[in-house]
Amino acid sequence: MATMKVHGAVYSTASQRVFACLYEKELKFEFVPIDMSTGAHKKEPFISLNPFGQLPAFEDGDLKLFESRAINLHVAHAYADKGNQLIYQDRKKMAIALTWMQVEAHQFDPVASNLGWELAFKPIFGMTTDTAVVEEKEAKLGQVLDVYEARLGQSKYLGGDNFTLADLNHLPSIQLLMGTQVKKLFDSRPHVSAWCADILARPAWLKVVAMQANN
Amino acid sequence: MKVHGAVYSTASQRVFACLYEKQLEFELVPIDMIGAGAHKKEPFISLNPFGQVPAFEDGDLTLFESRAINLYIAHAYADKGTQLVYDGKKMATVSVWMEVEAHQFGPVALKLVWELVLNPTLGMTTDAAVVQEAAAKLGQVLDIYEARLGQSKYLGGDDFTLVDLHHLPFIQSLMGSQVKKLFDSRPRVSAWCTQILARPAWLKVVAMQVNN
Repeated sequence: MATMKVHGAVYSTASQRVFACLYEKELKFEFVPIDMSTGAHKKEPFISLNPFGQLPAFEDGDLKLFESRAINLHVAHAYADKGNQLIYQDRKKMAIALTWMQVEAHQFDPVASNLGWELAFKPIFGMTTDTAVVEEKEAKLGQVLDVYEARLGQSKYLGGDNFTLADLNHLPSIQLLMGTQVKKLFDSRPHVSAWCADILARPAWLKVVAMQANN
Repeated sequence: MKVHGAVYSTASQRVFACLYEKQLEFELVPIDMIGAGAHKKEPFISLNPFGQVPAFEDGDLTLFESRAINLYIAHAYADKGTQLVYDGKKMATVSVWMEVEAHQFGPVALKLVWELVLNPTLGMTTDAAVVQEAAAKLGQVLDIYEARLGQSKYLGGDDFTLVDLHHLPFIQSLMGSQVKKLFDSRPRVSAWCTQILARPAWLKVVAMQVNN
């Protein structure tokens, strides 16, 4: 059987989302680094794997996929018997988990990515942080986290009583934002804070973090 | 089954389309957003804490986020009406293009719908600079769709699935604007739009707006 491959970069949050899933499932994969500084993600051979020219892309035998959340859903279903369960088999429980996966994608990620760009990436590139944007986005993220705080008072994890992709898909952005002033938004909400501490401490996630130190 | 939403809400329309394709009976519970701000208050806010339409009830199961609702319906009622998902490996490719609709197409389409369709309705001015930038971006996305539809009859595979369905509300809306030309000028995209917009289930959704 051909090895699974992830074409991505260790500092790419979307690539990290997929690494996390593969480590949780204890699946072997080959990491194919894509050097975005040379624009490799916008050229062949990468562009044939993802016509939108974004990391990551994924190969599982002859199946080629892109979009980290789709990759993770495939891996979680196809390898349901391996490693940690990341989805539910029960239809109703899965429907609720899917709802909170959409929440991560549409409510959390856009504002978290904006803040990550302003506070974590711009300084690295020598660009100036836009404080007005930060203020606006922090307020927005606070509103989202208020909903999470209520949800996590009723449910151990976002998608239900078990850790699933609904939680995992947050890890790269939360890790990134914990290294910025936005940390206070997570820390000041008790259920959210405990949930973050729990998921950030997972062995599979620590392996993803270690990839950045080692590369 | 109940859908708490509004006939003019694109996200609600996404769910109506799915229910009509699956030939499932449902009750529409209209949520008055414009007049009453009902989506930000009880009882709606208990159904969706993010205060956005639609919300959905099937017995004791309550869901929100239109794409999650549709995935649930498509799987739970796989034996009814149109097949909207695949089993096995083919579903992985459908998942990919569902993400494309949500993250590549959706945001830029929404921007154009706001500027070209909603702002005029609300008596607000269209920002031409935003339109120009968003139209260029949409063109790039549609170039990729044009290539994809050269390899695949529908976006997710050889059959109509949720991938194509999820595009319907924004495409319908944009076909009534100056951005129509972006779809019409790309032959495969144009043919695909014509086909999916003509589906009987979608025509029922369009009729809901006329009748309400």
